[in-house]
Amino acid sequence: MIRAFCFVAAVTLTGFGLPARAELQIQQVTSPGGIKAWLVEDHNIPFTALEIQFRGGTSLDAPGKRGSVNLMTALIEEGAGDLDSRGFAEARDGLAADFSFDSYDDGVGVSARFLTENRGAAIDLLHEALVHPRFDQDAVDRVREQVLSNLRSDEKNPDAIASDAFNAQAFGTHPYGSVGDGTIETVTALTRDDIIAAHAGALARDRVYVAASGDITAAELGLLLDRLLGDLPATGAPLPGKADWLMPAGVTVTQFPSPQSTVLFGQEGIPREDPDFFAAYILNEALGGGRFTARLMSEIREKRGLTYGIGTYLVNMDYSDLLMGQFSASNEKVAEAIMVLQAEWTKAATEGITQEELDATKTYMTGSYPLRFNGNGPIASILVGMQMDGMPIDYAVTRNAKIEAVTLEDIRRVAARLFKPDALHFVVVGQPEGL
Amino acid sequence: MPQSFGFRAAFCAALALIAGPFTPALAEPVTSFTLDNGLNVVVIEDHRAPVVVQMIWYQVGAADEPRGHSGIAHFLEHLMFKGTDKVGPNEFSATVEAQGGDDNAFTNWDYTAYFQHISADRLDMVMELEADRMRNLRLTEDDVATEREVILEERAQRTDSDPGSLLTEQMRAAQYMNHPYGIPIIGWRHEMAALSREDALSYYQRFYAPNNATLVIAGDVTPDQVRALAEKFYGPIAPTPDLPPRDRPQEPPQLAERRLTMADERVSEPYLFRTYLAPERNSGDQKEAAALTVLAHLLGGDGQTSVLARALQFDSQVAVYSTAYYDGTSIDTGSFGLVLVPSAGVSLQDAEVAMDKVIAEFLKTGPDPAALERIRMQVRAAEIYDRDDIFALANRYGEELSVGLTTDDIESWDEALGAVTAEDVMAAAENVFDRKNAVTGWLVQPGSEEGAAE
Repeated sequence: MIRAFCFVAAVTLTGFGLPARAELQIQQVTSPGGIKAWLVEDHNIPFTALEIQFRGGTSLDAPGKRGSVNLMTALIEEGAGDLDSRGFAEARDGLAADFSFDSYDDGVGVSARFLTENRGAAIDLLHEALVHPRFDQDAVDRVREQVLSNLRSDEKNPDAIASDAFNAQAFGTHPYGSVGDGTIETVTALTRDDIIAAHAGALARDRVYVAASGDITAAELGLLLDRLLGDLPATGAPLPGKADWLMPAGVTVTQFPSPQSTVLFGQEGIPREDPDFFAAYILNEALGGGRFTARLMSEIREKRGLTYGIGTYLVNMDYSDLLMGQFSASNEKVAEAIMVLQAEWTKAATEGITQEELDATKTYMTGSYPLRFNGNGPIASILVGMQMDGMPIDYAVTRNAKIEAVTLEDIRRVAARLFKPDALHFVVVGQPEGL
Repeated sequence: MPQSFGFRAAFCAALALIAGPFTPALAEPVTSFTLDNGLNVVVIEDHRAPVVVQMIWYQVGAADEPRGHSGIAHFLEHLMFKGTDKVGPNEFSATVEAQGGDDNAFTNWDYTAYFQHISADRLDMVMELEADRMRNLRLTEDDVATEREVILEERAQRTDSDPGSLLTEQMRAAQYMNHPYGIPIIGWRHEMAALSREDALSYYQRFYAPNNATLVIAGDVTPDQVRALAEKFYGPIAPTPDLPPRDRPQEPPQLAERRLTMADERVSEPYLFRTYLAPERNSGDQKEAAALTVLAHLLGGDGQTSVLARALQFDSQVAVYSTAYYDGTSIDTGSFGLVLVPSAGVSLQDAEVAMDKVIAEFLKTGPDPAALERIRMQVRAAEIYDRDDIFALANRYGEELSVGLTTDDIESWDEALGAVTAEDVMAAAENVFDRKNAVTGWLVQPGSEEGAAE
């Protein structure tokens, strides 16, 4: 058995200006049954962090069943196999294992950690949850009420209102255009059969990605993968297609009683595969990174005191690429903040950034990257994310060199192409003055 | 979609719900020593990665502010990034970031902390920067005026825009009748608007001193390295003589339960929140605090197995959500809290009656022995899991030392938790559930029956 797995690749993460672990070896493990995972072995602390992602997520909801994947995911830990909800929780706590389940637009995620001494029992328990969840009617009804309560709260939450308005305008009828949690109507109508169907569609072996870090060998992980995931169906529901960008430039104001306005803004982004992606990544960090030296933080917070914080992001989803940002500002200041932001957007498009900004941003990005690998939990999470994003296993090694290679010329080229002041749309929720 | 992003100056929320229930100390080597000028130094070794965290904890916080100047502790924390003779305005963070590091700060009632997370070979650089601003802060009137706008925006974003935060603020003000724990860390808006450069500097000069601080260095370092660097950079700073003792006004006996109802048109789901005064952890005497920690976990620590969830969400459908917490890591009296979000169609009144019935029942029957056993297992596991997160470890030592606990207290906390018996839990519960010490808050929609009933 132990011979049945093989290492396809092993990469050593060294050669950083600032190395993370002296030697962070990322191995690719293939189980006897053919399930792949990335692994960082570290036997210092007797536990393992395990991260699993199933591609698809809430975007797999069948027509009229919006919210079914979300409700299903919330029900995974509400009883499995012979154990009801309480029995499952007691078994989990008795092993001191931690499981969490999460759904979002592009995936369903499972995070687990378990002590080495309890590994077998913890994996058996997690297997029951993933493969044999009970979805008892009383649990469905109880958790449904929690989801409905959250949906009602969202109706009066300015962040949720802004996000809903933004997504609806950007993506229309594509699943990205509506909330994965569903609506009060759709969630109220969901049946136990809908939940069972959502489970069968979302948790399948043809879309699973796994990473582990901690006190486990490649051989042990190989066996664990089959035990944990081998009984899942081979294929799941069809994945959605590309989401067209539908949002025109402009400002949308939703009135909401609050001293502050919440602002979401965005335009189309740039795919990760684009040759200029890294230039765009640096440019975004220099302009809209959450750091105090980033341009928008400096201009809008530090110099003018118009907000507590502002950030922009290159958001690369499976079926769309966005460049978006967010901030809050007092109702009487929000118009000025938007004006400053638009001016900075134009400046970035026409002038890019300076050599000094490029150098400082590169040093920050390359230097801080290794700091992210700070523990088994974060490492497993980063490694599964890389696989979901289609990165090669040596990405962690080559990433900084790609950042270093970006020139000011690259930045100017991508700035002119990417930053479109005439395409920016602002969704404002509050009682803004002068908009 | 990005959900949130972090910025400098996260004032700690009143509810200590983020931290896990069990945060025992661990088997990593921890060394501590004191420099001649009084600076306490703690070194937590973790050689898995060449990374280090520096945290400096000033033993001063919002509860030490002069009356009428609420928010000055937190405002100063923002202003500490404005530069010194050697470091230009906002250059502090830029210098750290240029070396690939991250830095930030936060303020609580009992402490103010600054930290950097950076490659271990840059520890000397961040120590030099941090030591420099312990004494040499330079502030212009412009810096102060602009940053005051930022903290007012912060208050608008984090408190005024959130009815739940406003209710918590109102309840704390009622819970602490005399102690400054009743004053929000961010400050009352009208007092924040009046905070001046002189307020900030006088607070800074009075309290920022090596003999009023704890330095925590965690990561790929040895105690000898840290001692040499600390002596070089912090050692030359003269101590402040006659630091004022941290004697805050204490609570008188609380003789009457307080109740308040806050109506806000932004409320969708009404809920009820009950807090009780609760004894805090004390050096050499953590038994009752350990029992209260276990009590909170038993009552509301888990959505499937806790006493409140079982009674109010499973055996009956009174609530959609319930939780309990104990916040006892403080210098003065802490608090114990219960939160209940009723199901649709259940009134707050009925929900509260049901909740109190569950508490009364628990006081008769006591904890399930199996649940206590599971907690002991989780405590033991937390010792292992927690070693994975060097930042959380540094944070725990810094916070607990800043509220007057010792490294012995920190390291014996897991033992104290593991030793809690059913009788200890019952005694702690009997003691804490005294409605004379309680504040009950209802958050409601305007014009609702419940809002009108008050």
